[in-house]
Amino acid sequence: MSAGAHNTGVDGTDGIGSASQPVAAAPQLDSAIGTDIFPCHHCGTVWQGAQQDEQCGVCHAPLHRRRIDSLNRTWAFLIAACIMYIPANLMPVMITSTLLDEQRDTIMSGIIYFWVSGSWELAIVVFVASFMVPLFKLVALIILTVSARRRSSWQRLQRAKLYRVVETIGRWSMLDVFVVSLLTGLVQIEGFAKITAGIGVAAFGSVVVLTMLASLSFDPRLIWDEADPEAEQGANKEQQEKDIND
Amino acid sequence: MHERPDLIVCEECDAVHRRPVLAHAEVARCLRCGAELERDTGSHVARLLPLTVASLIMFVIANSFPIVQIELQGLTSETTLFGAVMVLNGEGMSLVAMLVLSTTILFPLVQMLVLLYLLLPSAHVVNDADDMHGAHDGRRPGVKLLLRLMQIVRPWGMVEVFLLGVLVALVKLSNMAAVVPGVALWAFGALTILLTVVVSFNPRYLWRILVGERRHPEEPVR
Repeated sequence: MSAGAHNTGVDGTDGIGSASQPVAAAPQLDSAIGTDIFPCHHCGTVWQGAQQDEQCGVCHAPLHRRRIDSLNRTWAFLIAACIMYIPANLMPVMITSTLLDEQRDTIMSGIIYFWVSGSWELAIVVFVASFMVPLFKLVALIILTVSARRRSSWQRLQRAKLYRVVETIGRWSMLDVFVVSLLTGLVQIEGFAKITAGIGVAAFGSVVVLTMLASLSFDPRLIWDEADPEAEQGANKEQQEKDIND
Repeated sequence: MHERPDLIVCEECDAVHRRPVLAHAEVARCLRCGAELERDTGSHVARLLPLTVASLIMFVIANSFPIVQIELQGLTSETTLFGAVMVLNGEGMSLVAMLVLSTTILFPLVQMLVLLYLLLPSAHVVNDADDMHGAHDGRRPGVKLLLRLMQIVRPWGMVEVFLLGVLVALVKLSNMAAVVPGVALWAFGALTILLTVVVSFNPRYLWRILVGERRHPEEPVR
């Protein structure tokens, strides 16, 4: 264990940062993973001398160094999201039937409709929420997962910020699902005008849910893990056990 | 295994910090990744209960009245949020209906009710101060389960996204019909603002306030 964890008398020099006194240069801080300091991920209580899977004394949740099987789960959700992304963009999300004709709208044709009908502000809002955000999330999470698996030290702070952005904007792509739901509920004038939800909205909703699950499974602590054997042991414990069993 | 109340570990990068002493409304950030470590929640906690009650009232209004009414050549049509969910369900889109129901009605309601239950002053507080094992229990039955539930549900409540969705739908409809916004639309607007304040409160601080404070009665609760 690191000597610094016990040495609470000295400031800044022992690997424990003092958050109340900002340091000008970025300090070299110790991660809890290299020490016997064990933070509970649920309630934030800090324990010393705990074991993996031991119960937290405050909230009774099992203690983990990293989210369980984080990278594998993130990959699984990401691959599923990438597959669903195709029908989500190709299938109609909304079917408008009037007396004269039937119009099938995909996500993109809905955006184009806003653009040509003069509401370009809304076209931009929907374009960002429904097209840019899911695509950005998929690409960002792939970058984060690949670099975390390689234990890369490349642009750590920027990657941590990228993860924060992904977490914040993810929910907003549900916009189109809500728009279609409300229009379906509202425009039910029998024999005159009727809006029905298309199968594309189910695919689109699943992309949003799957990418949110992917970002919830990803453990941002992995971004900061050094490629040393000690850290490897904690973070990839399940993986290693699996390898041994195979 | 023993507790280290003098330390705090960053939730996002695992860096170990000495727990700072914060002044009023101060926020401590991680020196390595910039994530929020600790926040002085003193005044916010007192406001949380009235805000939760106000959100619940707005929630009831928002879901009891039609959000919007449209008029098309003498014919009118209106819907509540739940009505839209039922129509979706009737059209064989039961999964989408469930998704909308959970993200806009169920999960926000769970969050508000759990907060109300946990924050409401009660005469039935379990008094177990002298009990060694009891010291690890929460103040009232189910507090741990409910706090965990709140942490799980937190990312999935999407009232603010729904409000933007309503506005987009309104503009879309205004091209083909006369649109009359209903009472519930304003209620949803108010609910969004209230929930933003209520939900921005990290459940981790609730752990400390509701469970932790009984274990360190000598320490001031932040």
